[in-house]
Amino acid sequence: MENNLITEDKQKNKLEKAFEILKTMASKPSGLIGLTIVLFHVVLALTSPYIAPYDYKAISPNTMLLAPSAEHWFGTDSLGRDVFTRTILGGRTALTVTFFGSLIALLWGGLLGIFCGLVGGKIDDVVMRVVDAFLSIPWILAMLLIVSLLGTSTEVLIPALGFFYGKGIVRVARAATHDVIAKDFIVSARARGHSNMSIIWNEIIPNVRDAILVEGAMRWSWMLLGFSSLSFLGFGVSPPTPDWGLMISNARGLMSFAYWSVIAPIVGLSSLIIGINLTADAFAKALGIDRSTKAPV
Amino acid sequence: MNEIIESVKNLSIGFNSQKGKQISILRNVSTNIKKGETVGIVGESGSGKSTLALAMMGYIKQGLFHLKGECLFKSEDLLKMSSRQLEKIRGRKIAMIPQNAGQALTPNLKIGYQIDEALRLHTDLKKTERDKKISELLNKVRLPSPETMAFRYPHELSGGQQQRVAVAMALAGKPDLLLLDEPTTGLDVTTQAHVLELLRFIAKDTGTSMIYVSHDLGAIAQVSDRIVVMYAGEIVLEGPARKILKEPIHPYTYGLLKSIPKLSLAGLPASMPGSQPQPGSINEGCSFYDRCNLANDNCKKNSPDLEHIKELDTNVRCFNYKELINQNNNLQTSITKKTNNSEANEVLKLKDVSISYAKQKFFDQLLNKISDQNPTVKDINIDIKKGETIALVGESGSGKSTILKSIAGLLKTKDGQIKFENDRILSSDLKMRNPNDLRAIQLIFQNPDESLNPNHTVEQILSQPLKLYFNLSGEELKKNIIDLLKKVRLGEFYMSRYPRQLSGGEKQRVAVARAFAAKPDIILCDEVTSALDVSVQAAVLNLLQQLKEDLGTTYVFVSHDLAVVRAISDRVAVLYQGRLCEIGPSQNVYKFPSHPYTEVLLGAVLEPDPDIKPKLVAEDIVEEKPPEKGCSFQGRCPRKIGDICNSEVPPWQIGENGNAIRCHINIEELASLQQ
Ligand SMILES: Nc1ncnc2c1ncn2[C@@H]1O[C@H](COP(=O)(O)OP(=O)(O)OP(=O)(O)O)[C@@H](O)[C@H]1O
Ligand code: SF4
Ligand code: SF4
Ligand SMILES: [Mg+2]
Repeated sequence: MENNLITEDKQKNKLEKAFEILKTMASKPSGLIGLTIVLFHVVLALTSPYIAPYDYKAISPNTMLLAPSAEHWFGTDSLGRDVFTRTILGGRTALTVTFFGSLIALLWGGLLGIFCGLVGGKIDDVVMRVVDAFLSIPWILAMLLIVSLLGTSTEVLIPALGFFYGKGIVRVARAATHDVIAKDFIVSARARGHSNMSIIWNEIIPNVRDAILVEGAMRWSWMLLGFSSLSFLGFGVSPPTPDWGLMISNARGLMSFAYWSVIAPIVGLSSLIIGINLTADAFAKALGIDRSTKAPV
Repeated sequence: MNEIIESVKNLSIGFNSQKGKQISILRNVSTNIKKGETVGIVGESGSGKSTLALAMMGYIKQGLFHLKGECLFKSEDLLKMSSRQLEKIRGRKIAMIPQNAGQALTPNLKIGYQIDEALRLHTDLKKTERDKKISELLNKVRLPSPETMAFRYPHELSGGQQQRVAVAMALAGKPDLLLLDEPTTGLDVTTQAHVLELLRFIAKDTGTSMIYVSHDLGAIAQVSDRIVVMYAGEIVLEGPARKILKEPIHPYTYGLLKSIPKLSLAGLPASMPGSQPQPGSINEGCSFYDRCNLANDNCKKNSPDLEHIKELDTNVRCFNYKELINQNNNLQTSITKKTNNSEANEVLKLKDVSISYAKQKFFDQLLNKISDQNPTVKDINIDIKKGETIALVGESGSGKSTILKSIAGLLKTKDGQIKFENDRILSSDLKMRNPNDLRAIQLIFQNPDESLNPNHTVEQILSQPLKLYFNLSGEELKKNIIDLLKKVRLGEFYMSRYPRQLSGGEKQRVAVARAFAAKPDIILCDEVTSALDVSVQAAVLNLLQQLKEDLGTTYVFVSHDLAVVRAISDRVAVLYQGRLCEIGPSQNVYKFPSHPYTEVLLGAVLEPDPDIKPKLVAEDIVEEKPPEKGCSFQGRCPRKIGDICNSEVPPWQIGENGNAIRCHINIEELASLQQ
């Protein structure tokens, strides 16, 4: 009973802490904007099937390439489909695939990084070299190969993207672990005779978690761009499912006379990427993590 | 002589808190620096002394704001100058020597080149004149062989030598004012004494005014003509050095001086309750109110002004300072501690212990042996009795912490044995020890910021050993945690705090509590007070002593500070380069005859007393490695008698005082030499 009380107390503390972090993030304009954009996109992704005014796949030769109007807010595309409907639905797949992809990247990147940081020495060297070698292959080519062999289902895309975007997380997790294991509180725990598992779980993970999470959030926005590029090239979501990357790709030839069909998905995609980026930055600042060394996109 | 060179007037500096509140960390500071005078600014960490010193160079750290007041250098306000104007003054008229000179020197440029650059920047000398000046400066700061020194890189110099180079560079522009922020902190005791001596010489020789910032009253006492004492962002006492040190009339300074352990006193120093308030949490009334034993209701409501007392040539910020005038004869007292009964059984024995950091060769690895003819630590024999406090002292690199690590099982020994209770051999490998042995020996570290997990609450920190060793949970666990906190004089409400929400002293108390949670027989203390402020250090020392008297714990206490060791230990072992030089009951080790190295160490101790000057008997060279054979101290020994010191390991001699000394000089002769 008493035990329960203590854990409950901690639970509340964690919630409070999360709330505190959110508050700090929102206290700066950039953080507030980022959070608002992300929240907007998430809500949109959850509700869009219910609020979409038209059927996203209803082709109609009569309404081809209509300019924005009261009926079709964002106009229609070359197959006569409502661009507004397709835009608000177009982030769903991207968001889901990259969210789970990032989770996978966090998981393998984080665990491998912590492992390497812990063991150090030769094993660390070898593992890092293998990871580097593997991932120095241009990821888009590798993805194309994978997708053409295994298809473009989400069951393929999620782990494949997760794999390619986990490398940066390995590095961050490894560096953070390196810093932590030199600290006296780890020496102290070792001297007390705690098991390795208990040291990893109690002493190391709480101290590297924040850095890894921030990196994961950053990777998420890059993964979105990557996923959309795949769609753009025709290797992501298959038609007629609405998707920003695909929409941009289909409409790019019509830029000069039907700009509306391409602007809406571009705004959707870039706002989400910027939103996640701003949020990740604010998250890092709220946790007091210095992200001065940004990896290239 | 009475010309004022820099004058600070009503200076306040602050920052904006996260909640947007303006918080001042310097409040209404006014002081004058006269030509040729050395002013010591002393205060605990966070008292604002560095902020003040930097402002006196016209520099305000990023994140801080100038709120009001001025810093007049030769009657021009530095805080109003443009950066162009400041550039002309810094280096030429005001120079600064930072705490860590090693980091301030550019690593890939030769010393001579760096000094030349300073000369080019701050003087109009021609190339040939500059070359002459460089060797002149190197000579002046008394670097050995100044001709070759100019061609060396910073990393080829020891810490003390780097600090000397920094002094030489600062002197390049012939400044009127030299600012020194903790210039000797982090250096070894003997090096510290040498650098201070040099600074004193330079002040006299060149007539430069100096501002010497330090937390260490011992160092301040050696160089200052006048002392400014800061507390919580204010000047609380200011006056001639001798007056401040001998007859402090502010309760904080008085308490501070009493809390410093002194070589002449065997017992523990008196401690001050509490700790300095954080900026922003300073209420109305006197900022020292919580800790002051002269405080009354008036002090709670009104804050005292800095009052000038003409007869004493002193400024003091206290309503009740008069009570302290003529009250200072009891500065030289300490709390007597119970000494350990010498009949007790031995609980830990180190037998011929040698430890090596050398990398193992492949074959040795296979055979699992370490072959190193000249290990870092060699032939340590110490028997430790139950309930005693034995101290290991020596400068950095003497192997103190190395020995502790082996006792804790964190570092394998090369040879020898560690025996625990009834001569049972204890493996020096953690994994081979049984849980009960692991419990019996606990460690406390130097820096509680590093030794407490920043992501755990105090409750989580203390529950770890309790869960691990005693399987406690629920109500019982909580009760034990509260008991432990009570033992270290912390309230129950600390349970939910994180380390960052505690002061330095409180953190170290938590670390002490965690060690005692295991109900250990032996606690290994590694420089446990050296990261703490002096007033807090005394409290932690007293706490450790109290706990030991109550629980009969044995301490192995490692420290570089001979005065601290004098205060807490029953027995002392002096180490040089990983070899024992002297061991004995502490009152005897602090008495002559001593091993020549002990003599050097004792001579270098800086006491907060203008009448006790350090005796510099040996060079402050740093040796990289112990000598292959002969006496470990041969490289620096001022009493070396000849070849025998280089070739043969000296024998142990027992003095009539009961201390064992390892030297070729006959102990009676040593006694008469040291008279
Ligand atoms: N940029 C900053 N923002 C907020 N607070 C600061 C900043 N710099 C210093 N402080 C605070 O100002 C106070 C005084 O700092 P200062 O560096 O002058 O202390 P100090 O006496 O030199 O201490 P130490 O002995 O640790 O060097 C401290 O409480 C410190 O935390
Ligand atoms: S003013 Fe009062 S509280 Fe402050 S130092 Fe003096 S006696 Fe103590
Ligand atoms: S043995 Fe020789 S070198 Fe060593 S301490 Fe004695 S006199 Fe000095
Ligand atoms: Mg400072």
